[in-house]
Amino acid sequence: MNDTLLQVNGLKTWFETSSGTVRAVDGVSFDIRRGETFALLGESGCGKSITSLSLMRLVPEPAGKIVSGSVMLDGVDLLTLPEYQMRNLRGSKIGMIFQEPMTSLNPVMTIGRQIQESVERHMGLRNRAAKGRVLELLSSVGIPDPEQRYGEYPHQLSGGMKQRVMIAIALAGEPELLIADEPTTALDVTIQAQVLELMADLQKQTGMAMLLITHDLGVVAEVADRVAVMYAGQIVEQASREQFFSDPQHPYSKKLFASMPDIEKRGETLAVIRGTVPPLTTQFTGCRFEERCDYSWELCRNSLPQWTQQPTGHGALCHLMDPRYQGREMTLLSSEPEVESLQTATLAEQATLSVDNLKVHFPIRKGLLKRIVGHVHAVDGIDIELKQGKTLALVGESGCGKTTVGKGILQLIRPTAGKVDFDNNDLTQLSNKQLRPLRGDIQIIFQDPFSSLNPRMRVADLIEEGMVAQGKGGNSSQRQQRIDQLLQQVGMLSEHKHRYPHEFSGGQRQRICIARALAVEPKLIICDEPTSALDVSVQAQILNLLKRLQRELGLAYLFITHDISVVEYLAHEVAVMYLGRIVEQGRVEDVLTEPRHPYTQALLSAVPSIRNIRKKKQRLEGELPSPINPPQGCHFNPRCPKVMDRCRAHYPNKTVHENNHFVRCFLEENRE
Amino acid sequence: MIAYIIRRLLYAVPILIGVNILTFWLFFVVNTPDDMAHMQLGMKHVTEEAVDNWKAERGYDRPLFYNEQQDGMSTLTDTIFFDNSLRLFVFDFGQSDDGRDIGYDISERMWPSLALAIPTLIIGLLVNLTFAMLMAFFRGSYVDLSGVILCVVLMSISGLFYIIGGQWLVSKVLHLVPISGYQPGVDAWKFLILPVVIGVIGGIGSGSRWYRTIFLEEISRDYVRTARAKGLGERLVLFRHVLRNALVPILTGVVVVIPLLFMGSLVMESFFGIPGLGSYTIDAINKQDFAIVRSMVFLGSVLYIIGLILTDISYTLVDPRIRLN
Amino acid sequence: MGTLSKYRLLILCSGLLFVAIGLIVAAPVKWVVLWTDALIFTLMVVIIGTAWMVRSRPYLLAPWRRVVRNRIAAGALVVLLSYVVIGLLDSIHFRELLPAQEGSHQQHYSSNTLSLLDKLLTPIRIQEEKSYSAPFAIQLFSKESLQGDDGTTVRDYPRLQYGGAHLADISQRKEDITNTLLLASSYALATWVVISLLVVWMLARRHGQSYRQQFKQLIRGEMEMPWCTLLLMFLVILLLLFISMMLGVKYHIFGTDKVGQDVFYQTLKSIRTGLVIGTLTTLVMLPFAVVLGVAAGYFRGWVDDVIQYIYTTLNSIPGVLLIAATVLIMQAYIAGNPELFETMEERADARLFFLCLILGITSWTGLCRLLRGEALKLRELDYVQAAHAFGVPQNQVLSRHIFPNVLHIVLISLVLDFSGLVLAEAVLSYVGIGVDPTMHSWGNMINGARLEMAREPMVWWSLMAAFVFMFILVLAANLFADAVRDAFDPRAVR
Repeated sequence: MNDTLLQVNGLKTWFETSSGTVRAVDGVSFDIRRGETFALLGESGCGKSITSLSLMRLVPEPAGKIVSGSVMLDGVDLLTLPEYQMRNLRGSKIGMIFQEPMTSLNPVMTIGRQIQESVERHMGLRNRAAKGRVLELLSSVGIPDPEQRYGEYPHQLSGGMKQRVMIAIALAGEPELLIADEPTTALDVTIQAQVLELMADLQKQTGMAMLLITHDLGVVAEVADRVAVMYAGQIVEQASREQFFSDPQHPYSKKLFASMPDIEKRGETLAVIRGTVPPLTTQFTGCRFEERCDYSWELCRNSLPQWTQQPTGHGALCHLMDPRYQGREMTLLSSEPEVESLQTATLAEQATLSVDNLKVHFPIRKGLLKRIVGHVHAVDGIDIELKQGKTLALVGESGCGKTTVGKGILQLIRPTAGKVDFDNNDLTQLSNKQLRPLRGDIQIIFQDPFSSLNPRMRVADLIEEGMVAQGKGGNSSQRQQRIDQLLQQVGMLSEHKHRYPHEFSGGQRQRICIARALAVEPKLIICDEPTSALDVSVQAQILNLLKRLQRELGLAYLFITHDISVVEYLAHEVAVMYLGRIVEQGRVEDVLTEPRHPYTQALLSAVPSIRNIRKKKQRLEGELPSPINPPQGCHFNPRCPKVMDRCRAHYPNKTVHENNHFVRCFLEENRE
Repeated sequence: MIAYIIRRLLYAVPILIGVNILTFWLFFVVNTPDDMAHMQLGMKHVTEEAVDNWKAERGYDRPLFYNEQQDGMSTLTDTIFFDNSLRLFVFDFGQSDDGRDIGYDISERMWPSLALAIPTLIIGLLVNLTFAMLMAFFRGSYVDLSGVILCVVLMSISGLFYIIGGQWLVSKVLHLVPISGYQPGVDAWKFLILPVVIGVIGGIGSGSRWYRTIFLEEISRDYVRTARAKGLGERLVLFRHVLRNALVPILTGVVVVIPLLFMGSLVMESFFGIPGLGSYTIDAINKQDFAIVRSMVFLGSVLYIIGLILTDISYTLVDPRIRLN
Repeated sequence: MGTLSKYRLLILCSGLLFVAIGLIVAAPVKWVVLWTDALIFTLMVVIIGTAWMVRSRPYLLAPWRRVVRNRIAAGALVVLLSYVVIGLLDSIHFRELLPAQEGSHQQHYSSNTLSLLDKLLTPIRIQEEKSYSAPFAIQLFSKESLQGDDGTTVRDYPRLQYGGAHLADISQRKEDITNTLLLASSYALATWVVISLLVVWMLARRHGQSYRQQFKQLIRGEMEMPWCTLLLMFLVILLLLFISMMLGVKYHIFGTDKVGQDVFYQTLKSIRTGLVIGTLTTLVMLPFAVVLGVAAGYFRGWVDDVIQYIYTTLNSIPGVLLIAATVLIMQAYIAGNPELFETMEERADARLFFLCLILGITSWTGLCRLLRGEALKLRELDYVQAAHAFGVPQNQVLSRHIFPNVLHIVLISLVLDFSGLVLAEAVLSYVGIGVDPTMHSWGNMINGARLEMAREPMVWWSLMAAFVFMFILVLAANLFADAVRDAFDPRAVR
């Protein structure tokens, strides 16, 4: 039997849209061997998901169409099969799982039925036998109590559990190839680690091959055997994992590595890829990366690069690799000119913000008279102190209450208890009217750059609004000057101010948001996951910008995030939140290199990383409990690997180490 | 569940009070009993005496809210508000302006209305669903396109045209069924079949187009892609996955109108001479019999609110997301 | 170019305004502004103002471009516009000056209120027969006793007074009609060719192309706007216009009704009624729906509770019955206060106005609920939160961030409601709670003709004329509404 399972050759999938033909997949070729994990890596919009759908022949018709190419599975060309034969292969030879476990399951059908459907379709089992197989599958994907889960509906399960169900559906037909399209992107890191481990285990048991589609270099480093990098509808580099991570060839891959934030790059500016991905409606006559490439020369503009493969199997689509041009010096063009500022803000007083025992509880009303029957303890007593010119990162998984902290400080949500002291004003005690003049001092930048700008206002009006409300920036013409200046400061052009938000990319919008916040001369900016909706290369631009602004203007940042690498790169201090409380806080150097709380340890170990590949992981069982009824005692006790009796009864106090590094854990108390 | 229904019922009380006060205000304050008498007896050449007599016969000569001439409770109960408005809450509709018992008339006339409305609803629903499924199955093809065009054309034709055209063609030219009339019992079908068919045809345009939109919306969801990735055929995907999800909004949309079926259809019943509540209402409007119109307004509101409650309950029954939370 | 064209437009507008004012002052008539006229003019001002505003806002202009680029919508728009033109002509009312009486210097005006349309249709309007006659007939529909030349009485179909009166006998009719048709068509075609050439010339100038190139592009449909469709639709309208006018003065092309009035005239007069009900009703309800819906969603709490209570209560009353009740009461009021209305037209108009008001009150709840939901969603969006974080006052948050972002919903429901309301008018008139029986409306035409169904042979022309005109309007409105919804619905963008 041949070693190669799937052979994709010159696959082209095009979409007809009102703005022309979008060549989403434009000549993609790769092989997948039996039992291996092949990762397709790329940023959003590069065509990696369309590639996977094309393999299954599930491209949404009639807009999308597979134009040419072949997909050979075990010597059969899938693209020429009649639809009914293709249907027999879907779910049996090829299984697929999708990115969004929340929407990928039928909401009005029990999960048992949904798995059973596939079992009946492909294994020929009926009734009891089929149900038995379903229960087996449920337990094999690590769902506890399968008998009961069988009759439950998708909404009763958490995201991680749903993704396990999706895996069970995909496995029901015992496929030889599993296509996983961003299977863990919607999940938290600790859950991601669980799911990735599960997939690796299942692969080991069944010997199936896996096509993993992802944008996350860390995930690739952890699970892939071989990697292909996609850019603008084409594969630009393909190599084994070791080759790829030790010696990336294509300038695009190199840039991706350089733009990853990382603790070693603290103090430096991150490399950025200038410009944007060219629209896929264009007819390319040269290299697609040419405009953004640091090494491009004339040839790159005028001739299509050829696929060049080294004997080791490491290949790339780049003129630089082409033996014909071997010997050419790699001349580095100047990268994007970073506006270096001369002034460095003088740091005035200390401690701008101090939050004391902040609590935000949301009442749950029920029954006839809407009585309050309980509370969601979103934020349950946290203390924060933030100094001018510093960055405090607030880290935690989704649902831990970190966003609510930000809104509570801003008084967008009125806290239930506690003090928010800013410049000697307790914000919680002020009325909305009294707050208004102080609003300029604290600003916020949101996660989603698409919903944070009113689509009906021009950029100039968006930026001006805050200035008018705060009475800053002088008269009308002075304000316009200031807007021009602000736009330049965030790396945009002043002629952009007459445009509407929809004309800008995600990264540019985020810059506009920053300019809008800066317009009212804040002292503190709350950054609520400002880069998590952006691609790595764009993220680097925003992080560089934030860092520069801090240096120039002496801003303080409260940086809310779930991304440890961003924290490592940007923050001075870090606070780790779990279920409404801070469990560990201290300087970044201390907390991230020597985590003391078991949760922090598990969280850090769960983050996929490109540096220590395949290290032994400390896995965290279970999921974040509901903040309505937090567990008795230490909130972390049901998941803690080192749980003791005390933990179930009491919540631990702070144990303070040097440099104000504190931990709330009985293990630390004992050690004292 | 029971607590939930009780809560919903309690919510209905203030709404019914609102309806009651609004109708009272419209019928007795804006439009005084004097106006009513004048309208009934003819605008001109009416003596004061005749007006007073007319009012006295119907008890409209009493004060609106507070009767000073009575003692005790009667100061409040012997008023127009109490007798003609509050009594509606116990479904005591009183007498029509020509002296018939409204409650009795309603109970008699409700059956022909139902005999017409229920088949129209059920057959209409099935026909619309079938059409919509067909269009969704062949989406993007010429079948779908011509279906949509047909729907828009059907929608644009006045309902009266269907009725008049149907009567002319089926009854006048082809002499298949009687042109109008009604007979209780088994023979009723002869009189009902034409209005039912016309009612169904009149509803196809908007109905199946709307259902088609719901189907197409469901088809574009992620779980449908999952079902296809399992290797299910288009038919199974449509019937087992899409239909079940699409039925949630469709069924609940139907449930809201079920109680209102009692009210009958004004136009259909009067065109086909079916002695239901619809033609009862229309006759009352033409006779300017305010007592009947008032009763029907109140009855309609009660039925509408029952429909709302049933909708909420049916949501919890059809949709596990709501049932189990 | 921008400033220049702006000025040119301004000059043109003010010039037109001067001419209009001059005409208004100079004409020997007493101008009458009915209630609905006033509202129609308000609506026109609002529409023109909005169009002016849209021009400078690309995010508003883009969806309209998408609408017009759609062939079907463009065709439907031409049809709608021709209805609107007729409706507008029928909305300028006046009373003519009566010839001065001897010995009196006082000016007397006719008690008949006329509209510009009436004036334009004068021959058709006043050519009344005795009773029913079929389309293109030259004789009455039923036999009558006739005095022969020789003094004997025969039962025969009498000749019409006007319809085909110029013909010696019926055998000439076919030829006459064909000739008139050909003549009218050639006039229409000639007019169309002149106008089309003008359009092509204008387009060629604007795009800086040669005349021939422009023509080719237009034929091949390579232009952004579907000019080809627009011009063809225009040709159809022109043909219909010329044919109906030239035949209309000679024959009753749609026949006559019971009292001998021309059905074609009635049908044209009904257009205004249909349009008024379809547009003014939504205009009347709009402020309620928008203010209450947005307030309920944005402020939540007790405001939301109160508004929800109001609309659930109103909604729970069956619409037809509420309309019936209020119309009955209004009838009583109008009948009781005859001194308020000078002419019959004013009385009928007042009733139409009230009908719009009542229909509006019963139909705002749906839009209100939609807007409430949207406002609930919008208030949690990041850009609204950001505005709060800047300390932007509430009223500005509402006017700048919430209101502009619910406008598309308002627009979509406006165009979607239109056709339903036009159809509803017919049903309401049938039930007896529609427009005044003296008013021309499709509902009244159908209602009147329905009673003649039993006649053998049937009197079908009134019925058909009303249905066909209503059908064309509603179909065009439905097609246009679909295009508007597709273009403005953010979900449809992708």
